[in-house]
Amino acid sequence: MLTAIAVLAPLVGAILAALARPLAGRQASVGLSVLGMIVSAIAGIATNFRHLLYGVPDHVVYLGDWIAVGRFTPHWALAQNPLTLVMVGMVSLVSCLIHIYSVGYMADDRTMPRFFVYISLFTFAMLMLVTANNLLQLFFGWEGVGLMSYLLIGYWYDRPAANEAAIKAFIVNRVADLFFAVGIVLTYMQFRSVSYGTIFAAASHVVGVNYHLFGADLPVLEVISFLLFIGAMGKSAQIFFHTWLPDAMEGPTPISALIHAATMVAAGVFLVVRMSPVFSLAPTVMTLITVIGGFTAFFAATIGCVQNDIKRIIAYSTCSQLGYMFLAAGVGAAPAAIFHLISHAFFKALLFLAAGSVIHAMSGEQDIRRMGGLWRSLPVTYVCMWTGALALAAIPPFAGYYSKDAIIAAAFAEHTGAALAGAWLGTLSAGLTAFYIVRLILLTFHGEARGEREVMAHVHESPWVMLGPLIPLAIGSLVIGFLLDPVFIGRGFASFWKGSITLPPGNDVMTAFRHIPPWADHLPLLAGVLGLGIAYVFYIVRPGWPILLARRAQPVYQFLLNKWYFDELYGAIFVRPALRLARLIWHVGDEQMIDGIPGGVARLTTDASGQAVRLQTGSIAVYSFVMLIGLLVLLSLFLILR
Amino acid sequence: MNFPILSLLIWLPFAGAVLVLTLGGNEAAVARNARWIALWTSLIVLILAIVMLADFNRHDPGFQFNEVMAWLPEFHVDYRLGVDGISVFFIALTALLTPIVVLASWTETRRVRDYMAAFLLLEAMTIGMFASLDFLMFYIFFEGVLIPMYLIIGIWGGEQRIFAAVKFFLFTLAGSMLMLVALVWMWHNAGTTDMAVLMRTPIPSHVQRWLFIAFLASFGVKAAVWPMHTWLPDAYGEAPLPGTVMLAAVLSKMGAYGFLRFSLPMLPRASIYFEPLMFALGIMAVIYISFAALAQTDMKRMIAYSSVAHMGLIVVGIFTFTLAGIEGALFQMISHGLVIAALFLCAGVLIARGESLQLARLGGLAARMPVFATLLVLFVMANVGLPGTSGFVGEILVMIGAIQVNFWVALLTGTGMILSVAYMLVMTRRILYDRFRGASLGAVSPGAPDIRPREWLMLAPLAGLVLALGFIPGFLTDYFGPSVQALVHAHLAALIQHQAHHSFMEASR
Repeated sequence: MLTAIAVLAPLVGAILAALARPLAGRQASVGLSVLGMIVSAIAGIATNFRHLLYGVPDHVVYLGDWIAVGRFTPHWALAQNPLTLVMVGMVSLVSCLIHIYSVGYMADDRTMPRFFVYISLFTFAMLMLVTANNLLQLFFGWEGVGLMSYLLIGYWYDRPAANEAAIKAFIVNRVADLFFAVGIVLTYMQFRSVSYGTIFAAASHVVGVNYHLFGADLPVLEVISFLLFIGAMGKSAQIFFHTWLPDAMEGPTPISALIHAATMVAAGVFLVVRMSPVFSLAPTVMTLITVIGGFTAFFAATIGCVQNDIKRIIAYSTCSQLGYMFLAAGVGAAPAAIFHLISHAFFKALLFLAAGSVIHAMSGEQDIRRMGGLWRSLPVTYVCMWTGALALAAIPPFAGYYSKDAIIAAAFAEHTGAALAGAWLGTLSAGLTAFYIVRLILLTFHGEARGEREVMAHVHESPWVMLGPLIPLAIGSLVIGFLLDPVFIGRGFASFWKGSITLPPGNDVMTAFRHIPPWADHLPLLAGVLGLGIAYVFYIVRPGWPILLARRAQPVYQFLLNKWYFDELYGAIFVRPALRLARLIWHVGDEQMIDGIPGGVARLTTDASGQAVRLQTGSIAVYSFVMLIGLLVLLSLFLILR
Repeated sequence: MNFPILSLLIWLPFAGAVLVLTLGGNEAAVARNARWIALWTSLIVLILAIVMLADFNRHDPGFQFNEVMAWLPEFHVDYRLGVDGISVFFIALTALLTPIVVLASWTETRRVRDYMAAFLLLEAMTIGMFASLDFLMFYIFFEGVLIPMYLIIGIWGGEQRIFAAVKFFLFTLAGSMLMLVALVWMWHNAGTTDMAVLMRTPIPSHVQRWLFIAFLASFGVKAAVWPMHTWLPDAYGEAPLPGTVMLAAVLSKMGAYGFLRFSLPMLPRASIYFEPLMFALGIMAVIYISFAALAQTDMKRMIAYSSVAHMGLIVVGIFTFTLAGIEGALFQMISHGLVIAALFLCAGVLIARGESLQLARLGGLAARMPVFATLLVLFVMANVGLPGTSGFVGEILVMIGAIQVNFWVALLTGTGMILSVAYMLVMTRRILYDRFRGASLGAVSPGAPDIRPREWLMLAPLAGLVLALGFIPGFLTDYFGPSVQALVHAHLAALIQHQAHHSFMEASR
């Protein structure tokens, strides 16, 4: 019941807000939306306590039938187990804080109620996704967050860049979703069900079953896992599918926080963990996940080091952190992936909302080269930003330290080639992460003020409706690591997650990662401190060095600044050829070739008969009659000839 | 059921049409009376259709509300009506859309009397076609639909209307000629035109193939299966908007219905034989037409191409011969009927405000017409098959059917998911977003109501149905489940019987 309230309250809030807008005005509309979300957050936290402290057993709340065709009978339901409830608690709480923050941030927006309807629906879709009891409802939430992200990224629809980013986000996600959908139907074909319970129970029995594809017999679980993982790559913006995420910054900042922290991008990681009973039986795909995750963590971190847009830097850090989560899932440390997902949700929401506060103070300026020296004017934001940064940079005792180091340690403990590569890439990225986030803070808050004088004169700390939500997030970023560490990935982790997460058979990284050599254990922290130190030297002690370095290593700098040229590459091999093909098909294929012959005949007839004129003048009855007669004559002819 | 509800559904709009045509008096009065008569007639038909749905026995896979009367007994041709789970919703769809298009035509001023009569005639013919259980009757209604449609395009259409009308007429007539030949052969073979008997009468394999081609020519043109679709962009583009709605929402379904009613049960061997071809045609439609849609610069034509692309999905679903695939195709047909109709009606809303449908000249309407924008986005999302709308259910069911045949068929059919998003979002952006460009439009001044009451009446029922069917699709699938099951079983049985017969012949030889 509590879970149902947590999931449905945002929906009710959104509907009421939409109805209240014309009837009771914008204040009421916004109020209803926020109220719905507060109810959801309270219920979300309460259901966690009830379930985890009072030991209410896992169960499924049945909501109704959906499709029922033959044996394909997915229904609407809310599954409650430790994994889903932890997600519900996190999503509803973070989203609630973002709602409250938005009241201040969007106060001047002309269509503010629309914004609140969108974010409430967004939260609802995400909650439906995490509580789904079958793949199809998950897909419902999955596409729902896709739609809402499209609407929210394009929220300021009079900006061309926002429109392009919104369309790009939807299309890139849809490409991945196609594979996801095929994965779902293949799952149904194999298991005769899309319900988790049935799939998980039967998964170990189909290990030896093959599926014929590409002229080869591939294990069906590998094929399914591969297809689902492509879907996850799209939502979680892993390399090759990452291009939409940085562009998604075109939306209002609270949306960036919502997309990057609590919803949407977390969905891919969640899917892989939720489906762990299947994924854990697909070792090849698990290796692929490890490689993609480790590489994305590194690749996005390198780009983050040279960007100048405050939101884009944080966006690439999201991409990178999601890579860590996949790395964890790939090496068989799924609980660590969820741990990092939760702690990341807190510090990333904090970073984005703090960045929003900076942007708010700077009258919309987002380029950190035109900031600097802000810390005196924005003390609360400044402290919050540091909290988030230290958590992201994995400095103890902040949250990221516990979750991220566990991931790198687990990858190290796994000892396969891919996992070790992931561990090294992860360590390297830890240094880069610390560097770019400290760079962001130093450029924004320290040094001389480089902004325009007019803007700088208006710099002011944000109102408390915006600062208020930062406080719980900052506290969360500080304490969530050491509080949850023993629960989520400690010795008793298995009794906490119960059956909701399955580890690969024979895989013991979840215990082994505590027993790796001390040097390996401390290396990521060392890298982080080093990155922090370099940033300090570069941007406080010797501000000339970064410019010098960029000039010396011009090709590398350009390569990173242009984000490894992915957008240019995709433009050249997908977008432009597709548009060219479209025009070609329409004009040459359709209008000239297929249409040419019959069209010519029709034209001939029209010209010759001159009925064009008569049709205008004649009566409708005459024509109907003539046609009917013709038809009858034709019929009788055939009857006689018969 | 003694009450002849099907006859009433057919002949009531027919009578309405006759009544409208006999109207006399001054022009304004005639126009007003014609509108109201058309509206009331179509509303009564809608109520009758709802009564029919309520009375329909969902557990019976066979034909219901049967009516039989001798017509040409010496030729074994009867007046034979009945509906099963497959056809019942097409009648309901026709009955639902006719009052909506009458409302959409409310502001039409040219020859209103003839116009309304044509639409009522169209409704009568269409319902008659879906309710016929006699091949000859089916054929007459199937052809009869052409007449009002031809006139609607030719008289009330756009600048190129004559060309479009003639092209439409020639294409469909050419296809139908072949069906007529097939009809005569089957009549000769079985000695009757009773469709229930035809379904049970075995036909030799090689003849089945010829008959299949004949049906393909006829139904393929109607359903605009690639490459028989080229009449469609012209006809859709030039027809007056209400005509386009009927063409896209109802008439295109006649072809797909024909495949289900004739090709599958009567020609099981040939259906299997041509299955790869049909998949190829369906997938071509999805991919090729989607690309063509991407290049369109006119809202109406873009929706028209989108409509054809979705017909590809339906064709694939039908020819999977699986329960999920066929139910998915049926569901998609109904959903497509609602969604495409709604999209065209949205275009009509713009036309009514003096807007051009050239995408380059639209833009920024979201700020001025928020309700319209919301509805349009809903229908766009239904068209791209977003879960929670009716479009998704059909799509996922077709994919489930397709993957049981072949992985690639499922994957390639699914590419519509991506391509439809590409062109639909571009369209949405050009209409709703970016900067407001409409200098020509005084009608969309700030403060003017963005959706008028009459437009609410047209769009709200469709929006409600699209959402409701997305969340509780059981309302439809419960109806057609038993009939489709019977169809699939009969299809399999016919194949097995044929094989048994074949091996028996082999053995005796």
